[in-house]
Amino acid sequence: MNKLKSEEWLFEISPKKSAFEINFKELWHYRDLLMLFVKRDIVTFYKQTVLGPIWFIIQPLLTSVIQFIIFSKIADIPSDGVPYFLFVLAGNILWFYFSDCLKAVSETFTANQNIFGKVYFPRIIMPLKVVVSNLVKFCIQFVFFIVVLIYYIYQGYDINPSLLVLITPVLLFMTAILAMGIGMLISSLTVKYRDLNFVVTFGISLFMYVTPIVYPTTLVLEKINPKYHILVYLNPLTGILDFFKYAFLGSGSINLAYLLYSLGIGLIVLLAGVLVFNRTEKSFIDVI
Amino acid sequence: MSTTILKVQNISKQYRLGKIGTGTLSHDLNRWWHTVRGKEDPYLKIGEANDRSVKGNSQYVLALQDISFEVKQGEVLGIIGKNGAGKSTLLKILSRVTAPSTGTIKTRGRIASLLEVGTGFHPEMTGRENIYLNGAILGMTKKEIDTKLEEIIDFSGCERYIDTPVKRYSSGMTVRLAFAVAAHLEPEILVVDEVLAVGDAEFQKKAIGKMQDISKGEGRTVLFVSHNMAAVKSLCTRAVVIKNGMITFDGGVDDAIQFYLKESTVHTAIKEIKERKGSGIIKIIDVEVFGNSIGILPQTGQPFHIEFALSNPKGITSNQMRFDLRIDDHMGQRIAWMSDSVLPKQSFNTSQRVQFMIPKLNLNHGLYYVTTHISVNNEVSDWIQNAFSFEVTEGDYYGSGKKTPAEQSKTLLDYNVNYL
Repeated sequence: MNKLKSEEWLFEISPKKSAFEINFKELWHYRDLLMLFVKRDIVTFYKQTVLGPIWFIIQPLLTSVIQFIIFSKIADIPSDGVPYFLFVLAGNILWFYFSDCLKAVSETFTANQNIFGKVYFPRIIMPLKVVVSNLVKFCIQFVFFIVVLIYYIYQGYDINPSLLVLITPVLLFMTAILAMGIGMLISSLTVKYRDLNFVVTFGISLFMYVTPIVYPTTLVLEKINPKYHILVYLNPLTGILDFFKYAFLGSGSINLAYLLYSLGIGLIVLLAGVLVFNRTEKSFIDVI
Repeated sequence: MSTTILKVQNISKQYRLGKIGTGTLSHDLNRWWHTVRGKEDPYLKIGEANDRSVKGNSQYVLALQDISFEVKQGEVLGIIGKNGAGKSTLLKILSRVTAPSTGTIKTRGRIASLLEVGTGFHPEMTGRENIYLNGAILGMTKKEIDTKLEEIIDFSGCERYIDTPVKRYSSGMTVRLAFAVAAHLEPEILVVDEVLAVGDAEFQKKAIGKMQDISKGEGRTVLFVSHNMAAVKSLCTRAVVIKNGMITFDGGVDDAIQFYLKESTVHTAIKEIKERKGSGIIKIIDVEVFGNSIGILPQTGQPFHIEFALSNPKGITSNQMRFDLRIDDHMGQRIAWMSDSVLPKQSFNTSQRVQFMIPKLNLNHGLYYVTTHISVNNEVSDWIQNAFSFEVTEGDYYGSGKKTPAEQSKTLLDYNVNYL
């Protein structure tokens, strides 16, 4: 009975709440839910399949093979002196982490309206769960990437991983907040205006082409007027990808300023995403 | 015992009618412009009371209007009202699925609702995995579920299948498992909707028993939403009546039920009643209830008549139709049911008038509500819930000058008591 002191309310339901508020205490209480959702995502992905978790590897593998044939063998795009397949695989695993997170987070409200319509839990669990379960997927793909990397080094190619590989978690964190922030912004807007659903689908595939995955950033810098070099780095993913490839392959060039820029953009987008998401989650069920 | 655990203050909820499409963007922009300048929502005030049968002229409607009440710890509060009165909206707001347009709700405990049976069940996962996931969705931690796992599995009666994917379950088993999880949730405030009609009879009994345990034995605060007056009466300690989004009554259960029934029985002429179902081939246009003869009030022990005037433009004969009557008492308990279908039919007239006649009225004094149901060739023609009410005055049924207390018995039987 001690906890029932007068005017000590557990929570309050009201029309609005402060814009950036995230109830961390409540979120902590629901941490098991987050982990169970992640487990559900991973386990149900390969239930009743023969290959199981291997499917996680097939996606970047086949993509990289096709890109290798078209962009390296046919179009003859250079790759900063490292084997093109390895070069594009490195880009792909990070890109898939970004695009899969973005796509899934942007569908948060539409895909979960059933469960959201029946029961309350902190809605932000859903975007978080997407980011974490895709991280598991990334790790599997990352192990595959390392295996391929070691194979190439063993074959005697000139590949020089540096100590910078230690910042991989930071790069992943930055990718995650970018994807989550943009995704949350879109998810909140799609609640009322479904038009954005279509934009996301082809927007992601277009965005891939302005991100240095199948071509090195150095190639772009070579081809355009130095005045416009800054435009290349407007895409916050450019800095992250350059760092990732430089760390593992020793190719390309890096600049800490661009990485900090990516981090800044990531934080701004995440903040904006949380703001809009918070406003939406209170009454989206009435309009969806 | 007397701590207020839930405090609802001036809750309103506005909905936009019709489809969301043209006009939303302009309304949104206008609304946004008003908020930016610190003015109030221009559309919030043009809402109208939530009466679904009356055509309104605004696109916005207030599903709930200024709802305020308090619930004390350990209280079982019944929430009664007609369909569309706003009960579900209130539940949605209480369970935090949607936010109110104005007002606040303060609570001292977790609120959980038994509406959420089976939310988040994934067919590919086993029963055990689903218990954990569902429990976590409902707000339990893994530790809490661990301690109750055995109990939940036992209650569900699905022990043998617990490590089988739920997609192999029968639908009944899924529901049992889902309810078992929900029932073992231990929130301080439990919201129960009457849509509990799941599972077979045995399981329903178990479910209702569990609910009674929760409300009575464990002293939990329960909000119970129902149309079933008998269930409300047996479970609740207090009740509120909601009509058109407003609380019209707040008080004792018996008074609330009487208030609700009185209010929901239309006092206008039976011809004017809009809430009727059926094809309308035959319709009731007038009714007269009388005792010995027209103009005399029904009295216990005296002859009793209910006479209907029908509109029968197609000339349906009485052998094609069926006329049922149900009489409920002032608490909504079913007292008697009469139908021409269980009696031998005597004539095959084209009917314009129908009379139900009880030679010696064996209803005790009090207020009664009548629901009428006419079908033609097994198709509903005119079905009116609580079509009208009548009052029975006190009378000497047994000719002894003594009376049977009305709170003891609503119906009077013909009997003898012999000392042998």
